[in-house]
Amino acid sequence: MALVLNDEHRMLRDSARSFFDARAPVAHLRALRDDASETGFCGDLWSEMADMGWAGTAIPETWGGLGYGFTGLGLLLQESGRTLTPSPLLSTALLGAGALVLSGTEALCAEWLPQVAAGRKLLALAFEESARHRPMPRSTRARASGNGFLINGRKTAVIDGHVADAFIVSALAGDADSSETGMSLFLVSADSPGVRVETSHLLDNHRVASVDLDDVGLGPEQLLGQFGEGYPLLEDILDRGRIGMAAEMLGIADETFARTVQYLKERKQFGVPIGSFQSLQHRAAVLFGEIELCRSVVLKAMRAVDEGSDEVAVLASLAKAKCGRAAATATAEGIQMHGGIGMTDELDIGLFIKRWRALNQHLGDSRYHLERFAQLQGY
Amino acid sequence: MHEMLNAFRMSVRDWLEQNCPHEMREPLATDKDICWGGRRFEFQSDAQRQWLGRMAAKGWTAPDWPARYGGGGLGSERLKILRQELARIEARPALYSFGVSMLGPALLKYGNDAQKETFLPPIVRGEIRWCQGYSEPNAGSDLASLQALAVDKGGYYELNGSKIWTSYADQADWMFCLVRTDPEAPKHEGISFMLFDMRSAGISVKPVRLISGRSPFCEVFFDNVQIPKAQRVGELNQGWSIAKYLLTHEREMISWTGLARAGTKSVSEAARTADADMLAEPLLRSDIARFEADELAFALTIERVRDEVSAGASLGALSSWFKYYGTELNKRRHDLLMDIHGSDALAWTGADSEDGKLARDWLRSRGNSIEGGTSEIQLNIVAKRILGLPG
Repeated sequence: MALVLNDEHRMLRDSARSFFDARAPVAHLRALRDDASETGFCGDLWSEMADMGWAGTAIPETWGGLGYGFTGLGLLLQESGRTLTPSPLLSTALLGAGALVLSGTEALCAEWLPQVAAGRKLLALAFEESARHRPMPRSTRARASGNGFLINGRKTAVIDGHVADAFIVSALAGDADSSETGMSLFLVSADSPGVRVETSHLLDNHRVASVDLDDVGLGPEQLLGQFGEGYPLLEDILDRGRIGMAAEMLGIADETFARTVQYLKERKQFGVPIGSFQSLQHRAAVLFGEIELCRSVVLKAMRAVDEGSDEVAVLASLAKAKCGRAAATATAEGIQMHGGIGMTDELDIGLFIKRWRALNQHLGDSRYHLERFAQLQGY
Repeated sequence: MHEMLNAFRMSVRDWLEQNCPHEMREPLATDKDICWGGRRFEFQSDAQRQWLGRMAAKGWTAPDWPARYGGGGLGSERLKILRQELARIEARPALYSFGVSMLGPALLKYGNDAQKETFLPPIVRGEIRWCQGYSEPNAGSDLASLQALAVDKGGYYELNGSKIWTSYADQADWMFCLVRTDPEAPKHEGISFMLFDMRSAGISVKPVRLISGRSPFCEVFFDNVQIPKAQRVGELNQGWSIAKYLLTHEREMISWTGLARAGTKSVSEAARTADADMLAEPLLRSDIARFEADELAFALTIERVRDEVSAGASLGALSSWFKYYGTELNKRRHDLLMDIHGSDALAWTGADSEDGKLARDWLRSRGNSIEGGTSEIQLNIVAKRILGLPG
């Protein structure tokens, strides 16, 4: 199949771009920040997005979603990156809903997905336990208790953990060793006894939470998939998250680069536009190419998810690694080429670099993913 | 329409089955197997001679040229089908020719009828081999500053000067050449495009030895060479447009270089084969991973842009970026292969090293970012024509 967007996807992307430009441009993020919004995003805007079906883009129609597949969701995230529009697309539409769909646990899907698609419930994937990314849990553990389970542990860097109605929590299964892969995912309601949530405010004005689980009791119906076999499910959902974040970073790189090139044409020093200086021209030309490479990788990765290809993992790591680097360069050059004003809070560029930094870190940074790419390629 | 194209495909498949010798149904083993044609060419085998003869008779050595000049007269759909059917049986090209790839398109666009009738058919038949006289010792990136001077002597032009980096000038029959015909005019407006026989009096050729050893490049010296006026293509002093047309064409051809040729080992595979412990070296492994990530991303970009062009977009100045990135990637590939093979890669002579192939290929690859427009020139083009930056 050709590596170009089909008409349906192009229309979705274009309407997302118009929507974000009109309803939530960068000034929207600024306002949320300056008005010290508690949640970090606008609930009304999320309702509007849900009304358009975006919360359920990748949710099958059986459960109230649009069934557009993953590429549509990736495109929405990409466009949201251009305007830095905060929303639960990543945490809820992609990670949370995705985990439920992939687990195939019908009862949980029926209970949660229609509500998620309607924009009425929010989800958060709670799996990290250390500052550097590690998919496997180290100490959070779920032991059989009665006909259900008891979970103990602490999760960190939970994206949108502060507003989630429920967490998808990863835990070591029974006595499993953290050096292996015996783990499971569970759906834990935020209001379960023993759950304590602490919010952190990040540099990109988004929130994450740490979630303490103290003898949290769960029924058997809250297990996703089979006990002890959750690792492949976790890696699958993480890979989709990585591709979605790569798409958002591509949007960041595109927008930052466009603004920077525009500035090079307008800013005059020594009587000429600074864009006429060859060193800046060459750096811009090289960066242009890096972003084009990312465009191809993101498209292929999204396509691979929709086609159920066995290349998803390799492409997810390639996308996260390359987009992480390209957006790093775009935002760094964005500041540098704007000179002094690039350092001011007033200019938007600073907001872009802060969001890049968070996206690069979540779910494994460029180095992590280059390493994983090498491993997956067999060396 | 669909049925007609299918019928065409079947007829091509049949004809190939009957006419492509089995020895010609394998990719080239080495550069020595290339069929260049020309007056002095010695065929390696009857099969090679037959393959050229049969394809030439069909006009399929220049399949999209008009039939009246000996070409195949194929439109784009049929051209695609022919290429697919040739690829299907892994047929090697019947003819490699600068006449087909570079001069022919220029003649079709800028030549007069007499020139097309005189020069195109022998190109199609592989009878005349061409070389390109463009760069000079003082005119490389700044090609328009070329100085080889053609003075109007009434019935003919008289040419003096020299050219450098002319591939295969010592094997070619004719040259297409950019010359200065008005030294007083601004440099772009005093250039003409001329054709002449390499056997003309006053022409001498000297091969250029590279850091990698022998090369096809030559210097060519012109001492009062006479060029009949009928052999000037296009208007006097209007040759720069023809040059630009040809250069864009050449650049697009070099564009897809960055990919390793089908069948070559990947760099990581080469590392694994060379030494079982090598990939445990973290810093080397890291450099290999970075390279292979970039190589995969580049392959996906070629695929994406090809699909976009098929869907109607035009390549334009993006070919400059492809040339830049592909050649820099190729240099990195050779750097890593040298590192991987350690002291084995230092060999310069002998059968074991295939006469120092690794070292020579690494050295030769240094030129990829220079020939066909330097990387710096390509970045200038990306900056100005794609990004619209001023100056």
